[in-house]
Amino acid sequence: MNVTATQGLRQCLELSWRCIVKIRRNPLVLADVLIGPAVFLVLFVYVFGGAIQGSAQDYLDYMVPGVLGLTTLLATMGVGVSLNTDLEKGVFDRLRSLPIWRAAPLIGAIGGDMVRQVVAIAALLGFGTLLGFRVRTDAWSVLAACGLAIAFALAFSWVWVLLALVMKDPQSVQGLGALLIFPLSFASNIFVDPATMPGWLQGFVAINPVRHLMDAIRGLMLDGPVARPLLWTVLWMAGVVLVFVPLALAAYRRRA
Amino acid sequence: MTYAIEATGLVKRYGDVTALNGVDLAVPAGSVLGVLGPNGAGKTTAVRILATLLRPDAGTARIGGYDLRRQAHEIRLIIGLAGQYASVDEDLSGLHNLTMVGRLLGLPRAEARRRADDLLAEMDLADAGGRSVKTYSGGMRRRLDLAASLVNRPAVLFLDEPTSGLDPAKRNDMWASIRALANQGSTVLLTTQYLEEADHLADDIVVIDAGRVVAQGSPGDLKRRAGTQTLDIRLVDPSRTAEAAALVAAVVGVEPARHRTAGHLSVPVTGGALMPAVIRRIDDAGVEVAELALRLPSLDDVFLALTGHTARTLEGTTT
Repeated sequence: MNVTATQGLRQCLELSWRCIVKIRRNPLVLADVLIGPAVFLVLFVYVFGGAIQGSAQDYLDYMVPGVLGLTTLLATMGVGVSLNTDLEKGVFDRLRSLPIWRAAPLIGAIGGDMVRQVVAIAALLGFGTLLGFRVRTDAWSVLAACGLAIAFALAFSWVWVLLALVMKDPQSVQGLGALLIFPLSFASNIFVDPATMPGWLQGFVAINPVRHLMDAIRGLMLDGPVARPLLWTVLWMAGVVLVFVPLALAAYRRRA
Repeated sequence: MTYAIEATGLVKRYGDVTALNGVDLAVPAGSVLGVLGPNGAGKTTAVRILATLLRPDAGTARIGGYDLRRQAHEIRLIIGLAGQYASVDEDLSGLHNLTMVGRLLGLPRAEARRRADDLLAEMDLADAGGRSVKTYSGGMRRRLDLAASLVNRPAVLFLDEPTSGLDPAKRNDMWASIRALANQGSTVLLTTQYLEEADHLADDIVVIDAGRVVAQGSPGDLKRRAGTQTLDIRLVDPSRTAEAAALVAAVVGVEPARHRTAGHLSVPVTGGALMPAVIRRIDDAGVEVAELALRLPSLDDVFLALTGHTARTLEGTTT
């Protein structure tokens, strides 16, 4: 290790800051996380709400925490796309030719994506409240739910880092990532209660990390049980990090 | 003599393709080495290895005395790299690209800013500094890329085809910048496809082809071997090619190269007096000439003269 921890951290922050500067120069890159949550809410609550839950209002209460999980998961796509673009454009080569901590470009990309997470959550909660969603707990619980969603997204980002390092272009990163996110989100309890799903699918839902995340978030916002789903979510996050960080670092070294 | 760059037996394979097949380089501190070769010869691979971006499959190298395999971090402290594809972030301004590099190198904010401003001025980009790199022209991007490689005042500078794709005026500007850097004492390794460029900038030239060093020497040496000009001869009757080739060889003293198109010969010549002599000899023998032209030697001519075969160009690849 030739870089001290403080230097390494400062380099990560500098590279995260780069992403924020880009947003300031071109705020349109936030369009997906800004408008996405509103589109999801309106579509799901008013198109399916009556059919699924009998009343749109009940379904709104169910879906605001659901879309919270979904949008933070979707926002992690930014990590993969920005990293892969750097690779493709040669920016990564410039960074790697500098005497910086080897992992700084990767962690910087994840850090920069945090802004998108925060914007997505703020947009969702703001729009949800506008439609009539009310939290049944308190502000601290909501904050905890948001924090948990972001922490989950941070862990999940390493999957994107790996994809960005092994795929050829940003389009294929996005394509493969979407293939991964759709089953994780739809075959969970984000949109509906899994009780009506066939047994084999319920088996998948039971182990799906997104399902535990959703239970924890709903528990925190709608005053339900929290401890058990929280424990599972944290275990899953640790598992994802333990598996994908080494894989991503290995792919990074192989590219070197 | 101390060498700023010393490489022995560098090998790099990509599957079945051998990009580098045992390359040795020795660049004295403070000098400029031109690595000349066609597309796909292995120039970029060599630069990427020496700049610590790529691990060689075999071979060793020392940059500024540091071992490539064990002291990559120390090497990164003293090198600068400007790539064939301008590796700057096009969504940021030129100024921010440079301050970011300064900050990553550990400069305090004010100092990183000052260094960036100096470099922008030096590269004639001061007015464009605040603009998004997306709006830059090709030449401006190259200069910004070069500036980004200079933030740490590198002792060893790697320039991978620094002028490819630039028009002649921009290329001359870039040459002036590179020469100025060399005059300040940096060791420069630059790759190029143009003999003229290597001739202009380099103290020594290494010619590589298909991953191997095929010739090396001073620009003067290589030019003497390749001739300062090339005489192209097209015959009316291709069946007399062999006869004409023998006549040309007798005058010039070098066997002319025969092109794939029948009846087309090229020969390196130095000095204008040879051309009329060649014409007279061919004419005396009654061989009719359709076209006769004197031109600057192309990379192909250099390769022909140095290696006896034309450059094996792999279209569309830059390894």
